Amino acid sequence: MSEDETYGRIFLRLLPRIRGLSKRGLAGWAILVGGTIVSLLAIMTVLAPWISPYDPIAINVGPLLSPPSSQYPLGTNHLGQDMLSRVISGGAIMFQVSILSVIVCLLVGVPIGLFASFKGGFTDKMSSLVMDSIYAFPGLVLAIAIAAMLGPGVVNMALSIAVVYVPSYFRIIRSQVLTIKELPYVDAARMMGAKTRTTLVSYILPNVVPSIVAVATINFADAILTAAGLTFVGLGLSVSTPDWGWDLTYGRRLLTSGAWWVIAFPGLMVVLLALGFTLLGEGLSELFSPRLEK
Amino acid sequence: MSLKSYIIARVLLTIPMIMLLLTFVFLIIRVLPGDPASLHFEKNVDPATLLAFKKQLGMDKPLPIQYVDYLVGLFHGDFGRSMQDFSPVSQQIFSAFPATLELALCSTIIMVVLGVFLGAVAGRSYNTMRDHSIRIFGITSYAIPVFFLGEVLIMVFGIYLRWFPAGGRMYPGITPLGLSIGGTHYATGLYVLDSLLEGNLEKLSYAIRYLTLPSLALGTVLCGIFIRLTRSNMLETLQLDFVAAARARGLKERTVVYGYALRNAFLPILTMMGLQFAALLAGAVLTETTFSWPGLGRYLVDRISFRDYTAIQGVVVFFGLIVTIVSLVVDILYAYLDPRIRL
Repeated sequence: MSEDETYGRIFLRLLPRIRGLSKRGLAGWAILVGGTIVSLLAIMTVLAPWISPYDPIAINVGPLLSPPSSQYPLGTNHLGQDMLSRVISGGAIMFQVSILSVIVCLLVGVPIGLFASFKGGFTDKMSSLVMDSIYAFPGLVLAIAIAAMLGPGVVNMALSIAVVYVPSYFRIIRSQVLTIKELPYVDAARMMGAKTRTTLVSYILPNVVPSIVAVATINFADAILTAAGLTFVGLGLSVSTPDWGWDLTYGRRLLTSGAWWVIAFPGLMVVLLALGFTLLGEGLSELFSPRLEK
Repeated sequence: MSLKSYIIARVLLTIPMIMLLLTFVFLIIRVLPGDPASLHFEKNVDPATLLAFKKQLGMDKPLPIQYVDYLVGLFHGDFGRSMQDFSPVSQQIFSAFPATLELALCSTIIMVVLGVFLGAVAGRSYNTMRDHSIRIFGITSYAIPVFFLGEVLIMVFGIYLRWFPAGGRMYPGITPLGLSIGGTHYATGLYVLDSLLEGNLEKLSYAIRYLTLPSLALGTVLCGIFIRLTRSNMLETLQLDFVAAARARGLKERTVVYGYALRNAFLPILTMMGLQFAALLAGAVLTETTFSWPGLGRYLVDRISFRDYTAIQGVVVFFGLIVTIVSLVVDILYAYLDPRIRL
């Protein structure tokens, strides 16, 4: 069977589920709308090098601070950079930082959460205490402290953000494992001689995955907002990277000159991307844990 | 468990959390790659100057000694010295704190009032267009970076309409004096309160006008969670028997909804206020920077640009301590109001 055929089959199997989404009430709509927003922005970001009218970091491609016009549809900034090109290319950093930080959170939070809450006792108490103290901290302030020490860079930014959000994963996993590990089928598995690792990976993890997916999706939105915040306080990347956060940061100084277009469009993009992920995450968690439709 | 033993247990639990927090911050500043003193100078500096610099800050000692010094210092209210001019950081923190407190208090009011009101309206008009739009507003407000909303508010109300000042905390050259007793002034540092105590309405109107936009930005961004909380609480409560009984007695719908059903949501709202306090402070850092509001957050951001790591450490520790204390107070208050929690 060729690869195309396989993907074709998978798609055909998924189709009815996607169609069913709109019948699942608000949760379904949230997933549809959120998913569409995120996919469109992702496509835009991937295609950026081909669809940007100008080089997003080249200065003086147009007059300084020109309002939106037919030649520069979203205007230009104080360096004469084309805002449309910057808006199209600025998402790459957001996607990189958020994807990387979510991966780090998954790699750290999931194993600790599974193992500690399954073990119980002292291990569980200690890790809960550590996670709770991080969780209680004002997230951005902690990220600022770490980012200030690590210095600028995509990886460093992602790491500082990941530290802040690992506890969210830990908590949701812990609350679920505590219930699941008491279920008869887990006892049965252990009685048959399954090792701790096997029990965790093959029997408990599959039941936790849906909540992990939901948390991770909402976490994308948090990571994006925190990344923009870090840039805003001066811990972002250098000028040579197109970045919505950077435009918002420097745009603040241009407000008095009335140049609304420098902040408006990058700001809307951040809102749109964070909103897309939030809707997607809210919808998924509603779908995976169907409570009373409220 | 009696309230007294609950309080003791809760306070005892706070101690290890505070110790962990202090250790975290210490490790972040001293142990993460890059020595803070060398990072401060950015470029190469001659070893003798660097050593003298470290000596002055006590950073030449071995790490465990530094750690003990740090803890003992904090115990005495010493938040370290600034790398810039070796002045005590605590002095800066205490002079900037009232501004942050004032912003936080006012934002809390806006956040809770806006959130609870919209949530109650949405819950009452369940599954209507109005309900849907309020829910969408709630989710969207969560996705807006507070500094972007701040910039938009500055643009519209500060620069185009000129209704409110675009930044700062008070009209230049004016400071509210606070309560004057026999020539001495007792000021709280909260300008709205101080203007009231002084009895100066002109200063009061300035203080409020400068406070409006920053609190509006921060309050709006954080109100979403209260909309959701109030709405779902309302939906549950409106189905309970006592609400039906109140309606059956012929009370007005308005009285039933706001007087009876909403009252039931009070405890969850109080808890959420405690939980949101950390988010509020984090948001204040960005809001203060946007509006040039001279509080702790702006001091922190200021220190970042000077690579003043000891000052950063002090402010971060202070933020952590404040949050821990507030959550302690909220928990105790909650246990007092709802005895079930003590079980």
